[in-house]
Amino acid sequence: MSKKLIELNDISKSFGDLLVLDHFNLYINENEFVTLLGPSGCGKTTLLRLIGGFESPDEGSIIFDGNIINDLEPHERMINTCFQKYALFPHLNVFDNIAFGLKIKKLPKDEIVSRVTQTLKLVKLEGFEERSVSTLSGGQQQRVAIARAIVNRPKVLLLDEPLGALDLKLRQEMQYELKEMQRQLGITFIYVTHDQEEALTMSDTIVIMNEGKILQIGKPEDIYNEPGNQFVANFIGESNILDGIMKEDFLVEINGKPFQCVDQGFSANEQVEVVIRPEDFEFCDPDATHLVGVVDSLLFKGVHYEINVIVEGREYTIHTTKYRAIGDTVGLSVEPQNIHIMRKSKS
Amino acid sequence: MKKRLWKTRAWKALGIVLMSITFLFLYTPIIVILTLSVNSSKRAYSFEQFTLQWYVDVFRDPSITGPIVNTISIAILSTIISTIVGTLFAIGIHSLQKKSRIRMMILNNVPVVNPDIVTGISLMIIFSLLSFTLGFTTVLFAHIFFSIPYVILNVMPRLKRLDPNMYEAALDLGCSRYEAMLKVILPNISTGIIAGGLMAFTMSIDDFVITYFTSGNEYMNVSTWLYAVLGRGQSFTPAAYAYNAMIFAITIAIILFINLKKEKKGKLA
Repeated sequence: MSKKLIELNDISKSFGDLLVLDHFNLYINENEFVTLLGPSGCGKTTLLRLIGGFESPDEGSIIFDGNIINDLEPHERMINTCFQKYALFPHLNVFDNIAFGLKIKKLPKDEIVSRVTQTLKLVKLEGFEERSVSTLSGGQQQRVAIARAIVNRPKVLLLDEPLGALDLKLRQEMQYELKEMQRQLGITFIYVTHDQEEALTMSDTIVIMNEGKILQIGKPEDIYNEPGNQFVANFIGESNILDGIMKEDFLVEINGKPFQCVDQGFSANEQVEVVIRPEDFEFCDPDATHLVGVVDSLLFKGVHYEINVIVEGREYTIHTTKYRAIGDTVGLSVEPQNIHIMRKSKS
Repeated sequence: MKKRLWKTRAWKALGIVLMSITFLFLYTPIIVILTLSVNSSKRAYSFEQFTLQWYVDVFRDPSITGPIVNTISIAILSTIISTIVGTLFAIGIHSLQKKSRIRMMILNNVPVVNPDIVTGISLMIIFSLLSFTLGFTTVLFAHIFFSIPYVILNVMPRLKRLDPNMYEAALDLGCSRYEAMLKVILPNISTGIIAGGLMAFTMSIDDFVITYFTSGNEYMNVSTWLYAVLGRGQSFTPAAYAYNAMIFAITIAIILFINLKKEKKGKLA
């Protein structure tokens, strides 16, 4: 259905002795909202800079719309970037900042005015034309930076942790607006962040990276529910990761006790890792379950309590709206479809 | 209680006295020069009548117009050249890796702290080794050399304060490298360039030591000319006082200009 817009084939990039991207392969479809998610230093910003044209790969090819663009200058690519600290031009006012790219392209004056006005409307900054960018708040500067990029009508917009400097409330608001903008404009967004919640909220596709490699690609739901390995499980939300043994299809042994699950295709008695999300535990009658423990600590988190329960010497983290006092003996149950089995990480 | 009050008063009075003496020492010479520049007598020790004759002579008396023209032409030329070269250097140094950048800045700072006499003599030796005839060209070169580090020192902090992605943002929006430099980087470091240029100009206009060693026998700026006249036991025309008073006025104007601009900027931010 959708067409591949950008293809990265076997890209490697080092800075000095440091290998930042290691034979990296990825394709991005038209009109997709792709998030590159990973801890700092995982190579996600470098990847963005390669696509934007600010770095060139040591090996491999970057293909845009069917053509290799490795050696194209940034201004020769139909790609615009929204930088981490906005990089607005302090010597120009809001209008001239946004009009900058159009003026460089020497568009007729009335078209510049109409496009800038239209874009200002889109980012909800009407009436700010004459303001100096240094008098704007963080959120407003962010909007100017986005407007300055999208006014050029790029096919791809690269965003490098654009919401990192904003406070929580504003960030959530901007997440919603960015997603809305992407739908309206029909532009491919490539979004870099280390904030997993942001990634889950906005993306069509999440690419989880670590140490220059892709660990998992998928829809937010799939990545959250079926993490491919321990790193992904830990990085995307909190998890309880347990050792287990796959006795047969649909049956896993944890702590020597059998549990029903929905996974199959493992060899008999294979050592596996079991992921259970904290919100998937339910309290139940201690007699009706294999998991019986004592409440060790309790934190109030607003929507839920975060309760740590010690079961046979191991700590389980549970998110629940139900209150249990410290020292209470509790039983824990999990639905079979909430038990996720992963093959053991090689490391 | 009373005693302590008396003590604080004494300290305060002492402070005021010390401050007055300090300012007296700083400003008396300037007041003397200003007075002499409007004194119709050629002798410094007697004030005869108020006159503006010497201010006219600054532009007419050939004994002083020569050195003044030399001083100002050297100052203007060396300022223009060192500002351009220094700005380019600063941009280049700024884009280096951190380690090399620090090394380059150390290399840049050595000539700044180097005593003028060392710079002057070494430049003189180099010029004669290269068999230059000492004169206009060598003085110009010398002034460009000692001005460049000051321009770099003024431009560098402005560059550091720029958003690290600003240049790339310009490229991203369609600028060629040259356009990005001209349309985005230069306008945002212009205050540093202007400050550097003004500093180069004032350094050049009042330089004595380096000019003295690199100018040879014929070529003189105002300070080496005054020195030569005094050395021959002669007295110079009071137009020199008028010249100094004018330089003083220009300096004050520059300082006011910079400070007012800063104040305006501060209010905006």
